[in-house]
Amino acid sequence: MDQIPSVIVDGVMYSAWLFMAALGLTLIYGVMKIVNVTHGSFYAIGAYAAASLTAAYLARGFPPMLSYAVLVVAAIVVAAPFAIAIERVILRFMYARDEVVILLATYALFLILEDVIKLIWGVNPYFIAEPYALLGSFQVADMAYPTYNLLLVAAALVFGGGLAWLLHSTRAGKLLVAVIHDPEVSRAMGVNVGRYYLATFLLGSLLAALAGAFTAPTVSVVPGLGVDVIVLSFAVVVIGGLGSLPGAALGAVIVGIVRSLSVHYMPQLELFVIYFVMAAVLAVRPRGLFSLAEPRKI
Amino acid sequence: MRRDRTVAVIGTAFVALAAGGPWLPQWAMFIATVAFARGLVALGLVLLLRAGLISFGQALFYCLGAYTAGALGRFYGVSDIFIEMLVGGAVAALVAFIIGFLLARYRGIFFGLLSLALSMILYGLLVKTEALGSTDGFNIAPSTLFGVRPPPEWVRYSVLVSAAAVAAAAALIVHRYLQTPLGRLAPAIKDNEIRVEYMGASARKAVHVKYVIAGALAGVGGALAATAVGHIDPDMAYWTTSGEFIFITILAGTGSVVAPFVGALIYGSIHTLAYGLSPNTWQMSLGLALLVLIVFLPEGLWSLATRHARRT
Amino acid sequence: MPVVLNARGLSKRFGAVTAAHEVSAAIDKDSVVGLIGTNGAGKTTFINMITGYLKPDAGAITYEGRDITPLAPRQITRLGICRSFQIPQLYSSLSVHENMMIGLGIVLANAGHGGFLSRGDAPVPGYGEPAAQVAEHILARFGLAEYRDRNTQVLPGGVRKLLDIALTMVAKPRVLLLDEPTSGVSAQEKFGIMQMVLDAVRAEGATVLFVEHDMEVVSRFAQRVLAFYDGRVIADATPEVALADPEVRRHVVGRLRAAHA
Ligand SMILES: Nc1ncnc2c1ncn2[C@@H]1O[C@H](COP(=O)(O)OP(=O)(O)OP(=O)(O)O)[C@@H](O)[C@H]1O
Ligand SMILES: [Mg+2]
Repeated sequence: MDQIPSVIVDGVMYSAWLFMAALGLTLIYGVMKIVNVTHGSFYAIGAYAAASLTAAYLARGFPPMLSYAVLVVAAIVVAAPFAIAIERVILRFMYARDEVVILLATYALFLILEDVIKLIWGVNPYFIAEPYALLGSFQVADMAYPTYNLLLVAAALVFGGGLAWLLHSTRAGKLLVAVIHDPEVSRAMGVNVGRYYLATFLLGSLLAALAGAFTAPTVSVVPGLGVDVIVLSFAVVVIGGLGSLPGAALGAVIVGIVRSLSVHYMPQLELFVIYFVMAAVLAVRPRGLFSLAEPRKI
Repeated sequence: MRRDRTVAVIGTAFVALAAGGPWLPQWAMFIATVAFARGLVALGLVLLLRAGLISFGQALFYCLGAYTAGALGRFYGVSDIFIEMLVGGAVAALVAFIIGFLLARYRGIFFGLLSLALSMILYGLLVKTEALGSTDGFNIAPSTLFGVRPPPEWVRYSVLVSAAAVAAAAALIVHRYLQTPLGRLAPAIKDNEIRVEYMGASARKAVHVKYVIAGALAGVGGALAATAVGHIDPDMAYWTTSGEFIFITILAGTGSVVAPFVGALIYGSIHTLAYGLSPNTWQMSLGLALLVLIVFLPEGLWSLATRHARRT
Repeated sequence: MPVVLNARGLSKRFGAVTAAHEVSAAIDKDSVVGLIGTNGAGKTTFINMITGYLKPDAGAITYEGRDITPLAPRQITRLGICRSFQIPQLYSSLSVHENMMIGLGIVLANAGHGGFLSRGDAPVPGYGEPAAQVAEHILARFGLAEYRDRNTQVLPGGVRKLLDIALTMVAKPRVLLLDEPTSGVSAQEKFGIMQMVLDAVRAEGATVLFVEHDMEVVSRFAQRVLAFYDGRVIADATPEVALADPEVRRHVVGRLRAAHA
């Protein structure tokens, strides 16, 4: 029973990480109806960019406290050209195709990006422990936790809140919601739908890259980093309901807590429970917890 | 209408392989055997794809078949390749039958993602099961045929011919199934399920049947791959393995029951070649190939052959 | 005449919309019934409930005395209650002939000729001929022979509509529900199409319900009219009586006139 505090702390931290990792995926699906496998690639690109550039920055002896800003800027600057190129050169010609076909196209792009990453950053791991170590740790019920993880929780809240604000309280966001609702009508009314799709893909990919960047100091950045993230973030957004922002939050909390419980009480079932929960949720609510009603067919 | 030459093609190919096989180098026999294993999985995916469904979790059954074969050897001392394939296929079919009740209700992206989750469940279990070697998996004893252990230099050949025989049988069975009234229903389910229901058929039941057939085929393929490679591990259930099968299926297209095996052979060859040439960019070649296929040849490589035939 | 189809107190809501409110109708065997009403009055919803696609929130439907309310569309189809669609529901990647063959294949399979070794050349129940011939006959009867090998996606609207109706023929309907069978064709053509459809099914006896907005077509072919308004049946009588009813004139006929003008 004395494990409960650490179950909660671990669960919250893991949920925050999952939410951050899944946010871009659900945004892109919600707007563009694309199940985006390159999400994992952008996560990895963000992690690599952050790790390599931050390491270079620190090696030159610049103030370590600013390394957090370097993480963020590095991920954005490196990932953005990839996102823009992929949307402009490939994806925009596929919007008319079936959802599953677009998924396959993003899978192909994922395979390509896996190797592009290796070509750019090589196959040796990158470590940047400084941003992580710098903040020290805090205690909950005799257990020490890295303070950096609190930063992750804060970042998750900021990203989620910021995205919600962007979608619901700004003019561009409201127009975007109209585009989601009916791209054809929006186009007829003079909205540049293509530009909204580009912006969405860019934003979603940058969110993935930022999640990778924030994770980079806590792991060793190695090839294949994004591969696990893809299925995990799929699980999160599918549980919550593809395309739903509150759904992603709920999905992240569910998966985070379930995993934390399992790690503390039945560690051999850690991976099993996550996908078991996903399958169970889909069995009961075929379109996830926060799903929209299906349109009328006949 | 063109005459259906599928049966003749399969028969000829089998005889040619069995007769010419002994002259193949060992590595080619290995590549061909693994291609049969993957081709069996892709054949099942073709069945589903014809009905508009893509399973991102077919590695579930592949891995089940492989671990069934492995467990037969490890715990019961069975190493007969046909028993391994038979039991591997049966276990996979049984599991497909059970989860089919759930999965047959799903379409489109949700079918794919749920099947993905189910395969990841198996992966999650296997990596933590020490009795089955956890992440490392375990080795499998060399195969015997009907109780006879072939001399070492003939093992690869006998496994290859067994694989070819099973693949040929599977292709013929699926070919026949596709000509039955319910087998022909696949494009109708893909196009308009409401109409299928209103014509008096159950789309869900048809999907369920296809899912069980596809599961059985993947199970047989997994058992075959296990004895051919001599080693199994949980990565056989990982989503990237399912991705390979989808790649082969898209490469082959849904036009013929022979195509998945050709697709698997091409995939295996590209893989071996590209990996040998440049271990860090082989995935890129695959990705580019897949992208080109999706954009320019959505019906798969097979459509090149039939398009040509139609013109002449 | 005996009642073949009996709907009692059917209600259906979609959120705030009442698509059906205590709809009752007893349909006589072998009669021809016209369903009229403005857009959104609940005609399609009525057909959807009869054929099991929508489950009513309340009420029950019996067919020849048997409760069919809980059955799925495919089970109801197998009983001989068939329907066409307001928006044609076709297999868009297949040709006209292949569309027919899918339906006939299902009929064969349901009759036990769908096994692993079956070749699909068994006689189709109710027709006594192999499916391929039945398909040709139905297509010829509906004037679709010239489109036989065309992909359904490229057919003109009127032809799609006809094929949608022809597809209901494969199962030899005992009760046929047609949802706006003549929409999208000129006023003169409407009569020919209705005549053709009725000839095709009524030779062997069948009950027909059809949704129609053209009151001349309704008066010509219907023996009885059900008028819908706002999810309710506001008139159930012969065409002469129903079309003269002041409420029907106000809510259905009058509005249609206004809309057409
Ligand atoms: N599946 C559904 N989901 C939500 N609302 C529905 C659904 N089906 C019908 N409705 C609503 O129920 C009401 C009745 O619709 P219905 O299609 O039955 O009308 P109708 O008489 O067939 O009209 P029309 O002449 O336009 O075909 C309408 O307001 C419609 O929007
Ligand atoms: Mg209607």
